[in-house]
Amino acid sequence: MGIHARPGKVFSILLAVLPFALLLIVYLGASEIRHRDNPADKLLPKISQMTAAVKHMAFEKNRRTGSYLMLNDTLASMKRLLIGTGLAALTALLLGLNIGLFPGVNAALNPFVTFISMIPPLSVLPILFISFGVDEAAKIVLIFLGIFPLITRDIRLAVYKLPREQLTKAATLGASQFQLAYRIILPQIMPRLIEAVRLSLGSAWLFLIAAEAIAASSGLGYRIFLVRRYLAMDVILPYVLWITFLGFVMDWLLRHIMRCFYPWYAASGGTK
Amino acid sequence: MSSQPSFLQIIDVYKAYNGKVILDNIDFQVSRGEFCTVVGPSGCGKSTLLRLIVGAEIPTAGRVLLEQQSVGPPDIHRGIVFQKYSLFPHLTVLDNVSLGLRLGGRPGSKEMSGKEIQEEATAMLEKIRLAEHGNKYPHELSGGMQQRVAIGQSLIMKPKILVMDEPFGALDPDTREDMQLFLMELWEQEKMTVFFVTHDLAEAAFLGTRIIVLSQFYTDDRGNGGQVNRGAKITADYQLPDTVSSTAVKQSKEFTELIDCIRREGFDPDFLQHAHEFNLKHPDSFQTLTREESGRD
Repeated sequence: MGIHARPGKVFSILLAVLPFALLLIVYLGASEIRHRDNPADKLLPKISQMTAAVKHMAFEKNRRTGSYLMLNDTLASMKRLLIGTGLAALTALLLGLNIGLFPGVNAALNPFVTFISMIPPLSVLPILFISFGVDEAAKIVLIFLGIFPLITRDIRLAVYKLPREQLTKAATLGASQFQLAYRIILPQIMPRLIEAVRLSLGSAWLFLIAAEAIAASSGLGYRIFLVRRYLAMDVILPYVLWITFLGFVMDWLLRHIMRCFYPWYAASGGTK
Repeated sequence: MSSQPSFLQIIDVYKAYNGKVILDNIDFQVSRGEFCTVVGPSGCGKSTLLRLIVGAEIPTAGRVLLEQQSVGPPDIHRGIVFQKYSLFPHLTVLDNVSLGLRLGGRPGSKEMSGKEIQEEATAMLEKIRLAEHGNKYPHELSGGMQQRVAIGQSLIMKPKILVMDEPFGALDPDTREDMQLFLMELWEQEKMTVFFVTHDLAEAAFLGTRIIVLSQFYTDDRGNGGQVNRGAKITADYQLPDTVSSTAVKQSKEFTELIDCIRREGFDPDFLQHAHEFNLKHPDSFQTLTREESGRD
């Protein structure tokens, strides 16, 4: 197992599966023991109880609202997450690009962005609820505020790191400052933006669920905190797995966009 | 100093960083069509001189004139090729070459259609012998090929002067020699003016029609203490035969003698010529020493 180990393909997969299998075994064992003591145990539900709960939440129309709850929750959460993250990415791209490229913009805005990035976003959540109401806006703004400063700073660094030779070269090819920023620099930092968004998605989920937990009427976070009152672990656990799965799919999608559209990036120094 | 105002003129140019003088009263001019190479010990300020000419930096004092016009920030009239980072990694070879035409085109020329741009870029790819690599990205090319793209990318704009900063410095010796021959050919075809900085004496002597030696190893009437804030000067300036076609010349006696002479004049920290004694016989060479430097009125 030393640093020279080169596990084969099958063995690598086995190794990867091992911790998951262990977790599952421990869970099943513990669940079995608790249910033997108390058949009505809610803390560690059996797999069968969880599938029944999923079936109820995902595939049966809710009697009161006439909709599929899990689908509804997912759509509500995804909408907030995508709008918040999208706005943050767009803002960060434009801000980071201009701060990184133009010393004047840097002087004017960099200290401000740094200041904003130091504010713990959750601490301003009450302000957001007061000023934006408990509807969609406050949740989207929380996600936005939570992740845009970090992406901005990352983009700014990426622009800084571009070789100065490129700026000179572009000028000798007749690029105006506008062309330099938006035709030469911007396409080069797009992959870096995708990377930064990938890393920020975890935080985005955190802020989303926090906001939904406090005030919402739908959403994955809302549901988890709602059913917590009845100790409904049979709903909470599948929801957590579902959120994890959604996060995984988004990460996978971004990684593939990167590979398809920016083949030069990994080869010229970016991460894969 | 010849009476005809020259194409490129560097007059009384100083460059200092944080008070430390790097370039110390530099004077020279370059005629149109010249292949002017600059050599010197590392840290002497060769690249700084080049950046002054291209406009990426401004002189602390003195003037840099191109066709009697003071040069400003980098622009379309001066092409540049660096040792690396000349290419845009996100563009294919063809797009790198056509970039200048797509951004705004050559000065004074009418707007070109997409098709015309494509045709001209393809023609340039053939000239730099990369016709079949147009759709590749720079990272898929070898170092020599990348530098050919960088040269083509600049040449397509037909700059008044092509400035090159150690363009072959990162290449292996064989590729390097190929590139030297390639550049010679292009230079003869295009009748361009080239300003070429290198630390490789053989390369400079082989390529250039003129070789300028920039060095901080000299003396003058300012004395020799640590308090003298002295930067590099042009310590020698040679005219070279401009009809070299084979690398065999590198083995000839005159060639090796010239290189040895330059190595002594420019690269030996213990060989200190007085500023009056510099070998500045090139017709375009001139020197205006200050009173303190020359000890004369």
